[in-house]
Amino acid sequence: MFTILEKRDLADKICEYVFEAPLVAKKARPGQFVILRLDEEGERIPITLADTDPKTGRIKIVVQAIGTTTNRLHCFEKGGAIADIIGPLGTPTHLDGFKKAVCVGGGVGIACIHPIAKELKAMGVQVTSIIGSRCKDLVFFEDEMRAASHELIVTTDDGSYGRKGLVTGPLAELLQGADKADVVFSVGPVIMMREVAKATKPYEVKTYVSLNPIMVDGTGMCGACRVSVGGVTKFGCVDGPDFDGHQVDFDLLMKRLAMFKEMEQQSLGLWQKEGCKCHK
Amino acid sequence: MPQINFKRVPTSERDPKERARNFEEVNLGYTAEQAIEEAKRCLQCKNRPCVAGCPVEVYIPEFIKLISEGDFKGAIAKNKEKNNLPGICGRVCPQESQCEAKCTLGVKGDPVSIGKLERFVADQEIKDGVKAPEAPVKNGLKVAVVGAGPSSLTCAADLARMGYEVTIFEALHKPGGVLSYGIPPFRLPRNIIETEVNYVKNLGVQIKMDVLIGKSTTIKELFDGGYKAVFIGSGAGLPSFLNIPGENSNGVFSANEYLTRVNLMKAYKFPNFDTPVWLGKRVAVVGCGNVAMDSVRTALRLGAEKAMIVYRRTSNEMTARVEEYHHAQEEGVEFNWLTNPLEILADEKGRVTGMKCVKMRLCEPDASGRCRPEPIPGSEFTVELDTVIIALGTSPNPLIAQTTPELKTAKHGNLIVDDKYQTTMPGVFGGGDAVTGSATVIQAMGAGKIAARSIDEYIKAK
Ligand SMILES: Cc1cc2nc3c(=O)[nH]c(=O)nc-3n(C[C@H](O)[C@H](O)[C@H](O)COP(=O)(O)OP(=O)(O)OC[C@H]3O[C@@H](n4cnc5c(N)ncnc54)[C@H](O)[C@@H]3O)c2cc1C
Ligand SMILES: Cc1cc2nc3c(=O)[nH]c(=O)nc-3n(C[C@H](O)[C@H](O)[C@H](O)COP(=O)(O)OP(=O)(O)OC[C@H]3O[C@@H](n4cnc5c(N)ncnc54)[C@H](O)[C@@H]3O)c2cc1C
Ligand code: SF4
Ligand code: SF4
Ligand code: FES
Repeated sequence: MFTILEKRDLADKICEYVFEAPLVAKKARPGQFVILRLDEEGERIPITLADTDPKTGRIKIVVQAIGTTTNRLHCFEKGGAIADIIGPLGTPTHLDGFKKAVCVGGGVGIACIHPIAKELKAMGVQVTSIIGSRCKDLVFFEDEMRAASHELIVTTDDGSYGRKGLVTGPLAELLQGADKADVVFSVGPVIMMREVAKATKPYEVKTYVSLNPIMVDGTGMCGACRVSVGGVTKFGCVDGPDFDGHQVDFDLLMKRLAMFKEMEQQSLGLWQKEGCKCHK
Repeated sequence: MPQINFKRVPTSERDPKERARNFEEVNLGYTAEQAIEEAKRCLQCKNRPCVAGCPVEVYIPEFIKLISEGDFKGAIAKNKEKNNLPGICGRVCPQESQCEAKCTLGVKGDPVSIGKLERFVADQEIKDGVKAPEAPVKNGLKVAVVGAGPSSLTCAADLARMGYEVTIFEALHKPGGVLSYGIPPFRLPRNIIETEVNYVKNLGVQIKMDVLIGKSTTIKELFDGGYKAVFIGSGAGLPSFLNIPGENSNGVFSANEYLTRVNLMKAYKFPNFDTPVWLGKRVAVVGCGNVAMDSVRTALRLGAEKAMIVYRRTSNEMTARVEEYHHAQEEGVEFNWLTNPLEILADEKGRVTGMKCVKMRLCEPDASGRCRPEPIPGSEFTVELDTVIIALGTSPNPLIAQTTPELKTAKHGNLIVDDKYQTTMPGVFGGGDAVTGSATVIQAMGAGKIAARSIDEYIKAK
């Protein structure tokens, strides 16, 4: 069992959790994730490590409630415990050899881009971060991201906070000029990552996107996480989650993410009817 | 001299129509009377040919004699001297090509039903309440075991009996390996796995879940942590695909994914359990081994109206157990022999709508001795489907070898070991599917047994 040491509301339906998971904390590198399972009835779901501390053995994750598992998790309070956390999984983000980076985080992906920006800055790379949300209420990790970057740009779709519009607006500006960024890292909704890759393509700036296919084991055993990159099938959980954004088949990813839509809605409906059974 | 009885006592099975719709165990096993009657058929051959057919050398005539005398407790104790997992082996061993293939009675009639008798004594013990084994005296030496499949469980149990402090590290959240995530409950009920894993735990073996060796920690770090030797029983979990167009469509699954969703995650109890599974009405399973049989029979149980096997060879070349093939036939599975998939078709949402196939014919045997199939020109056709399950076999997961440069592997990623099951890294042993590629439960257990002995010798020699 893994006990929730801290729980904090970050924004509407977005919560931060701190767990004690020493094995994971000791080994984790930016870009890696864990798979967690709440209890005997639970599904295995992948969640990115938002922060880790090898000294205290603590890990931090940020979760947005969208379906059954993520909503069920939000009913757990500090002191509650979940059945399983396994990790760190996936290949760490490739960070070496860059001078100037742009880190783009959208929605809950802001939490996922955080360890990448933090590590790049520590390595002496010039980091500009762009974080985007739908509206002011969904902006979070602003302080954390400011500390992890040399420059931070916040955007909201509706203009209720920071710059109005999508992350690709400021991104395009950063890709111009002689001393433009030599790499872009992007984590967020699939459509955002697709647009980021589209925006960087004309400038031929290396662009890494962190894909979020449906996973089961997360260890390379089932192939549920198949993605197509440069026309070749890859396993998202072991070959990724980071891939070259200019080579990813985003259309396939979106179709595959919708594979269990009806059943997910049935499951969520049932959960909503039964209500939140709190795990304390 | 009592009369030799050439006919085996049959076990009863659930009605195919009824059982094909639920996950209850198909075979009901022997009653005590039936078991005694069957056990009495055994000739107690002096040269014990049956034992030579068993990879773990179970005391076959001995335990069967005790059954014939009605001493079930004695029989299970005798069996367990060699076999740590009798309830599992009695159900899933391919007995017809192992112990029973060598039985003297098989020359003129039915061999003794060794597997069913083994299952009987294991089940009888569960009914009576399994006696926890006496905890062995510890020698204070630590051994690490990677994976909690049958090879690892056997190796760990044998080492614990010798006094070692054994810790198993398992990536998934449940022990058992393929027994838990692959083989469905209608062939191997979950309480049997639980009971037999508990037996191993009661010998003092610790099982740590949610640890992926190679990621959470490495082999080298295990040695740094005081483990004197390591056994790798990580299995062959990496699924193969066909590499044909359309294979990433929604509704195409590796058998591993399909079975893991159903068996490990209990998707057949959705929505009471959170994990969904694709409920196909017209399902094709590509391949014809045990994994394919389990997948196609699972599809029926999830409500398929049509469930078929697509195989490029014929029933003569299939690798599935005969018993399972018959079960599948009885339950209404359709078999398409000499058929090879060319392309999977999908609609605009990416959902499977069908599969384009070609008819094959057999030519002269290839290196493996099986007849090589080749396509018949112009015989292409399309079947309407909503689900395709790929059951073409698996190879060892490369993760541990990738993170341990000292470990050398052969083609397909199989760990290279010597005759003592030691890998190319001193103190690291390996066995089961990780070494052989997909094989059988009992072969994996046999390897675990020998490796346990080698580990003991290795540590004592140091
Ligand atoms: C590598 C990776 C890292 C991720 N990191 C984060 C993170 O840091 N924070 C966060 O909030 N979310 C993250 N996600 C997404 C998160 O896994 C899904 O939101 C979650 O699985 C939804 O589960 P549910 O039961 O609540 O919703 P459901 O209603 O079951 O599903 C909602 C949608 O989530 C996707 N999904 C469903 N099941 C899975 C699954 N087993 N694996 C992956 N996706 C699934 C599907 O597109 C589905 O339509 C990450 C996903 C991946 C692959
Ligand atoms: C669907 C199916 C049906 C089958 N039916 C039969 C049958 O009827 N009869 C028969 O004899 N055989 C059958 N087999 C084959 C048999 O199950 C295998 O040969 C046997 O389980 C191999 O045992 P193992 O211990 O080597 O590995 P596995 O059973 O594969 O166990 C390996 C374990 O190691 C874990 N692991 C892997 N990598 C790591 C890591 N890096 N760190 C930690 N843990 C790790 C895995 O999660 C797994 O739990 C079947 C196989 C399948 C898939
Ligand atoms: S373990 Fe398998 S091969 Fe050995 S006696 Fe039992 S059924 Fe036969
Ligand atoms: S070979 Fe058959 S008859 Fe002979 S001892 Fe073994 S099981 Fe009994
Ligand atoms: S999630 Fe199973 S192989 Fe990637």
